[in-house]
Order: sequence, then C-alpha cells, then structure tokens
Amino acid sequence: MSTTETTPSGIGPVEGDGGLSYGPDNPAPVIEPPRKRTKKSPRSTRGNFEMHAWLFMRLSGIVLVVLVIGHLLIQLVLDGGVSKIGFAFVAGRWASPWWQAWDLLMLWLAMLHGANGLRTVINDYAERANTRLWLKALLYTATVFTVLLGTLVIFTFDPNIR
Amino acid sequence: MATPVMDKAETPGAAPAASPYITVTFRVRRFDPEVAADAFWEDFQLEIDPKERVLDGLHKIKWDMDGTLTFRRSCAHGICGSDAMRINGKNRLACKTLIKDINPEKPITVEPIKGLTVLKDLVVDMEPFFQAYRDVMPFLITKDTNEPTRERLQSAADRERFDDTTKCILCAACTSSCPVFWNDGQYFGPAAIVNAHRFIFDSRDEAGEQRLEILNDKDGVWRCRTTFNCTDACPRGIEVTKAIAEVKKALITRRF
Repeated sequence: MSTTETTPSGIGPVEGDGGLSYGPDNPAPVIEPPRKRTKKSPRSTRGNFEMHAWLFMRLSGIVLVVLVIGHLLIQLVLDGGVSKIGFAFVAGRWASPWWQAWDLLMLWLAMLHGANGLRTVINDYAERANTRLWLKALLYTATVFTVLLGTLVIFTFDPNIR
Repeated sequence: MATPVMDKAETPGAAPAASPYITVTFRVRRFDPEVAADAFWEDFQLEIDPKERVLDGLHKIKWDMDGTLTFRRSCAHGICGSDAMRINGKNRLACKTLIKDINPEKPITVEPIKGLTVLKDLVVDMEPFFQAYRDVMPFLITKDTNEPTRERLQSAADRERFDDTTKCILCAACTSSCPVFWNDGQYFGPAAIVNAHRFIFDSRDEAGEQRLEILNDKDGVWRCRTTFNCTDACPRGIEVTKAIAEVKKALITRRF
C-alpha cells in the first residue's frame, strides 16, 4: 500500500484517465447530501394533528366496514339486487331520517378517510415540494366539493322533482 | 481470517476430497465521484467456499483483485453494525450472510444501503441517520440532578419490558429499508424510534414524556406505514415495527 504512487492530492492515479486528476486547483465534484437536516430546514412541527389523523383512520375504518358492507348488501344483494335500484328506490330510502343519517355519515367518513389516505400517499411519494402542494390542493378541492355536494343533495332531496 | 487455504497446505497428503470452492460472481455497485458521476455495476469472479460470508468475498476482492473497492467494516462479527449493505436486494450485514444462503449460482448483487447519500462504492453518509438518532436523546435522563449515591435498581420484569430494543447496533439496515425514509429523509426512521423506545419504556428514565413529544412530530412515528420492512431487515431480530406500534400506543394513551 505504502509503495503506491500518489499524486500530491493523495489520490492515486486513475486507471485509464487522460491526465485527469483532482487536487486543490481542480477539486472533485461535491455531493450534496439530499436529506441532511440543516439549520435551514423547517422547524419541525410538533402537534397532535398527525396523531388524531392516525386515530381517525383506524376508527373511521371500523365504522366504514359496517356502513359500506351494509350499504352494498342493501343496494346490490338483498331484495332483488341491483335491478331494483331506481329513482323511486332512492327516494323511498331517503324519506327515512335513518337512511339519510346513514348515507350522510358514510359520505363524510369515506371522503375524509380517503382524502387523509391520499394525503399520506402524496406526502410519502411526491418528491418535490411544489408537486406536493399542487396535488394536495387538487385533493382538498375535490374532497370539499364532493362532501358539500353530497351533503346538499341528502338534505335538499325532493322526491317530486319532476 | 482463518481461510481453508491454510488447512489444505498443512495436509497435502490427505485424500483429494472434492474441492469446497465454487465460483461465485459478485456484482458490486461501484461509485467514485472523483472518476465518474454515475454509479455502475462491476462483476468480480472469485473462487470461494460457500460456507464463507459475503464479507469474506468482499475482502478477497479488495485484497487480491481490486484495492479501490471501498466498504465499511470494523468488527466483522455482527456487533459493530458497520457493514450493512443491500445484498441480493435485501438489507443485511455482510459479515452475517453466508454465501450458501443467498443462491451463489446466480450473481450476488451488493449495493450500498438506500436512502442515504453514497460517498464511494458501498460507503454512505450516515449523518442524517445519526442526526435522527441524536434527536431522540438516546441517553438516561433523570429529574434528580444530584450524583446518585446508590445504584438505580430495576426489577427483572421492568428490564424485560425494553429488552428487545436494547439489541440495536445502529447499522441502519432498518431505516434504509423503509420506503418512507427513501422518499423523505426527514422521517426519523425505525432505528431512532427503536432507540427512543429503549428509554421511554425504561423504568429508570424520567424523560419519556419529552421523547414521546419529539416522536409526535409530523415526521415522527405517525409516518410509519407498518410495511414491516424494518423488522425483516433487522440483523439482530428486533421486532422493530412492534416497538414503533408500542410508541404509538404510548402516545395515544400516555401510559408507558
């Protein structure tokens, strides 16, 4: 090892290099550590939001299992299956506050559950801050729109619309 | 290194048994920023006893074939945690992986662990990993600032509570197998959480609340997606995902 010829920079001659050597005048390219925490990186935000979001996912998931399976059974399996679904069937169900509440709860929980899930997916997979921002903006807009529209329909549904 | 070569030389008159040596191809991910900007795969063919370890193969390459191959290793016996690398696509310690266990008929791929900046060949910059480790305050904290006059005693059951997480050797195999960490190195990563767990559930330590608060960060335990990559990768067999789940539970119930 000690017999190896070295250039003054301490870097041995590179096989097949055409006189390319790094030294104080020709420094090697710097590798930027992409994930280093520096003083400039944002102050970490501590708080209970992520904890509540995590808990919400578990609890809403359990409730949604009941709501969604019940919904699918009623709509698609029981009492004639999918062929019975029509304007009259929906109007009949929404005449009862029980089914109104069921659908309202399912709408809110499913939308928030899905939106929060997608939020974490975006956080995990979007690499650039701008991509993250725009994807989340799109997600939140779509969520708010769907939740508000659905709520509006459930509360203002008029069976005598025609 | 007690190589079988020595034994052979000592017993030249012995019946010529079938050679234990087989030809193995090591496909090593090479990177030298002073020569080329891009990493590339390089194949090395070597004769090796399949009962030897991947680290022995790397030594053979470095000592006899290409001295520029760069990797970390210190104790070479699975305690120091220096030689975690991605072998055949899975994070392992090179010093605890036998050649015969990883299908030597096919080329054995050896890469640096993912998610940390590669400095050269198999050496990565561990600083972000140790930064997260330091952030959870991995040392005993007590409210009593006076010098203790007697031992801090603990029952066997209390010791058992965090026994699993004391086994961590900080090799980064878990953290660098975590898909969340690959994408966003701001996540504390399993190793830091494991070492926080070691003190949070230690009956002698009195800063559990503080440490939980640190891990309640938006890049703390809640970013764990329970993919179990960390548990699979841990060369010490720590149930990493379970430890993370226990920290989550402690955060919700504030009981630990």
